[in-house]
Amino acid sequence: MSETMVRVGIVGVGKMGLSHLALFNAHSQVDVTGICEPQSFVASAVESQTGIETYKTHEKLIDNAPLDAVVIATPSATHFDAAMYAIKKGLHVFVEKPLSLSAAQSWQMSQAALHAGVANQVGYHNRFIATFGEVRRLVHEGAIGDVYHVEGKAFGQVVTKPKSGFTWRAKKSEGGGCLHDYASHVVDLMNWVVGPPQSVLGAKLTNIHSKDVEDAVYALFGYAGGFSGLLETNWSDEAHRKMSTSITVYGTNGKIHADRQECQVFMKPGHTVAGYPSGWTIRYITELQGPVSFYLRGEEYSAQVDSFVAACGARDTAPLNSFASAYETDWTIDQIMKASGE
Amino acid sequence: MTMDRILFGDNQFFGVNHMSEEKARAQAMRFRTVDDIIQVLDIAYEAGIRTFMCTTHDAIGGVADHVRAHPDRYADFTFYPGMPYAHKYANAVSELGVMETLKQFAPGGVVETLWKGARAGLRKDAEQLMNMLVDAEMKRFAGTKTPVIFLQNVVVDLLLGLGMAPMFKSFNDYVRDTYGAEAGFFSMNMPRLLDVLESVGLENPIICCNYNKIGFRMSGGVDLYDRTLESGRVRCVAMSVLASGAIRPEEAIRWICERSQIESIVFGASSRGNILQTKQLIDQYSVGVQA
Repeated sequence: MSETMVRVGIVGVGKMGLSHLALFNAHSQVDVTGICEPQSFVASAVESQTGIETYKTHEKLIDNAPLDAVVIATPSATHFDAAMYAIKKGLHVFVEKPLSLSAAQSWQMSQAALHAGVANQVGYHNRFIATFGEVRRLVHEGAIGDVYHVEGKAFGQVVTKPKSGFTWRAKKSEGGGCLHDYASHVVDLMNWVVGPPQSVLGAKLTNIHSKDVEDAVYALFGYAGGFSGLLETNWSDEAHRKMSTSITVYGTNGKIHADRQECQVFMKPGHTVAGYPSGWTIRYITELQGPVSFYLRGEEYSAQVDSFVAACGARDTAPLNSFASAYETDWTIDQIMKASGE
Repeated sequence: MTMDRILFGDNQFFGVNHMSEEKARAQAMRFRTVDDIIQVLDIAYEAGIRTFMCTTHDAIGGVADHVRAHPDRYADFTFYPGMPYAHKYANAVSELGVMETLKQFAPGGVVETLWKGARAGLRKDAEQLMNMLVDAEMKRFAGTKTPVIFLQNVVVDLLLGLGMAPMFKSFNDYVRDTYGAEAGFFSMNMPRLLDVLESVGLENPIICCNYNKIGFRMSGGVDLYDRTLESGRVRCVAMSVLASGAIRPEEAIRWICERSQIESIVFGASSRGNILQTKQLIDQYSVGVQA
């Protein structure tokens, strides 16, 4: 990796942007040279305490601040304009998930980044969680034989009562709703482990409390190999203290179930792979996850920043979570919407 | 002020387990009411553990009420509040946005005043806002002993990453002046935090951090933590000594007690057997450690 500093601008200092600002600012190979936030008390407080310059629009930030890369953490509907503007200026781009609100726009963004030769990455942090990485490794090495079914789930308590939601997350037109905000993480994780589905056989978007957006997403996938997939996500489930995501993969020789904390593997009698004898084996995040130099909220957030900074230095246009893979996720989301009749 | 050698933690009461969601759920099912929590606290208290290190989860208000209502029984009961209970805020920020969340948790009208107020004073405003959030969280502990007040690692490490060091000094001064308490800081980045705290004049601060044999959530690694500890510049409370169960208790506790400059050890447990066993191990391996 190049030892030169990467100059980064942060576009959007809301919930995710603030976290990115802290992580990039703490990175030993990054200089945060500007942020863009039109009207945040938080951004003003950051500027007054840290001296990082604040701009009102992404154009002003990109045109005026000395930059090698930008992080775009604005409401999802605005990702396309900001990212395309940055790519045209030759900047490396990290975009929060989902990449955009349509597969067509995401395809355009991935092509633009490739042609410009800039690093491009999307914030699907599950791919940096070691338990999920272990699932992918085992599936790809054929440890559980031929896959015949996969299930991805996520539950949490974001919207817990009617009439709630003051932010863009409660507006469909701006990318709100359980599908783009919550289910996208699970779709992306399933795509990473077994590849994207060939078709969405059926889907239901369910309103529980929200008016303009769905609070739960249920879908059935069909894959090229003839196997099936089930997606189940609900952001109005108060039985979960925080977002909990899990994946289960069924194969002819065994099955794997994993969440953020543990990877549970069952190998059928007579089948073994290195580290996994027949029967149940559980491996924990404490042994699987590598250390990070700065920790905030989870190793995966630091690891994805490390990956992006390395990609900037190497001008790597296809790092983990590239725009191209996020396009596949957005394509799947489009198919879920179509199947649900939206 | 010296801290007790053994502090009792509260993760087990709120379905927090860093290694298993199933275990976390089982705990959440077991501790449905404040009474369920108090039963376990009584076991710890009777075993001689006097300090309860807790988040500002709503249920803790009920514990504080109970302690206040029985002053004779809990004469030595001490709280080390750690604020805020971050998920309360994080969920609210997703739903309401940053400004609406601050409005919801800070006393009425104040945020609007700040928002409309002079932009020139924003740095002070941020500190003032934090003070009001501290007051809101401390209300439930009125009339109890709170000699150390902690800032949770989600906030500490966020401010650390952002480079907002003056907020640490502000928090320190506010809890000292308003509550007669020492400030404590949770962090997953202890060595880096210590440097920054010293840079704003906080000497020999109290930091509660993961400290375990396998280096779980110890940014910079065990060697750097050991060197920092040995420098004598930090009053360290060790948490996650068992790394959420990845290390066997006896091995974990012997290892942490070999580090004689660790001032306190915090642990959480739900059963009488585990509480007594852990306390006994810490006592056994601490012989000759403390002054």
